[in-house]
Amino acid sequence: MTLLEGKRLLITGVLTDKSIAFAVARTALEEGAHVVLTGAGRGLSLTQKVAQRLPEAPDVLEMDVNASDHIAAVAQDLRARWGEVDGVLHAIGFAPAECLGGDFLAADWESVAVALQTSAYSLAAIARGLGPVLADGASIVSLDFDARVAWPSYDWMGVAKAALESITRYCARELGPRGIRVNALAAGPLRTMAAKSIPGFERFEDAWSERAPLGWDITDPAPVAKMACVLLSDWSQAVTGELLHVDGGYHAMGA
Amino acid sequence: MERSEILETVRKLAVETLEVDGDAVVETAVFADDLDADSLDLVELVMALEEAFDISVPEEELEDIETVGQVIDLVQAKLG
Repeated sequence: MTLLEGKRLLITGVLTDKSIAFAVARTALEEGAHVVLTGAGRGLSLTQKVAQRLPEAPDVLEMDVNASDHIAAVAQDLRARWGEVDGVLHAIGFAPAECLGGDFLAADWESVAVALQTSAYSLAAIARGLGPVLADGASIVSLDFDARVAWPSYDWMGVAKAALESITRYCARELGPRGIRVNALAAGPLRTMAAKSIPGFERFEDAWSERAPLGWDITDPAPVAKMACVLLSDWSQAVTGELLHVDGGYHAMGA
Repeated sequence: MERSEILETVRKLAVETLEVDGDAVVETAVFADDLDADSLDLVELVMALEEAFDISVPEEELEDIETVGQVIDLVQAKLG
């Protein structure tokens, strides 16, 4: 018996084969899960291409999380396909360029609103839209970057992640009575497409492997993928509202 | 493989993935300026090239790529 045998999972955020979500999808498939991917906007054709590089080449559905009709259509598709869904990976973030890169006070509300809606509110939108098809005992995992402190360059994306962490807790409260768990996974920095679009990201890449007692490989998403699969599995059945660090231990060190 | 053959394939795939006019895909064309392609577009194009030529191009190798000619260099180097 494998960790995710027979689990029906919806995985967002697979953009390239370097995406954290790609590693989660691959590990989940290896652990026996059934997987459907979603993609949005210009990234959709990339998701469709890179899906072919996964075992079993999962289907790809279009889901712009800022469009409630997209989420409703995905819910309908999953209902017809599987009846119920056992897990969702929220791996979605976007911020307009002026929200990132070190001029924190320069971003206007219109830009910040886009970042917050796409990167944080979307978790609640998905929980609401997919709620009716989630199986009792299902698991939702969001990909986070530790937002308890301020980082160089990360700026409004950090604010969005703080909101994401809070929304994770409120969704855990809301869905707990159905046995549905909602957790955030705070990964150390990884060289993904998303990371490359953050100017100055390398400033904390370097610090990481020095401070983390276990060290940290910015090119290897496997440790994050494994923990995401644990959170999607029944082995974490009493864990919810949690912010779990998979960062080599960086968060626990003072210097 | 001849450079002109590689260019033909790059042109065909660029027309498909970047939705540009084939005549614009020349060796000196700069992706960002002449083909209106950003880093996402470039990743998609290279993914298509990997499949067409059965090669593997790590994303790191895309970082300095600016022109169609550089993509042809890259493919040629991979094909040996």
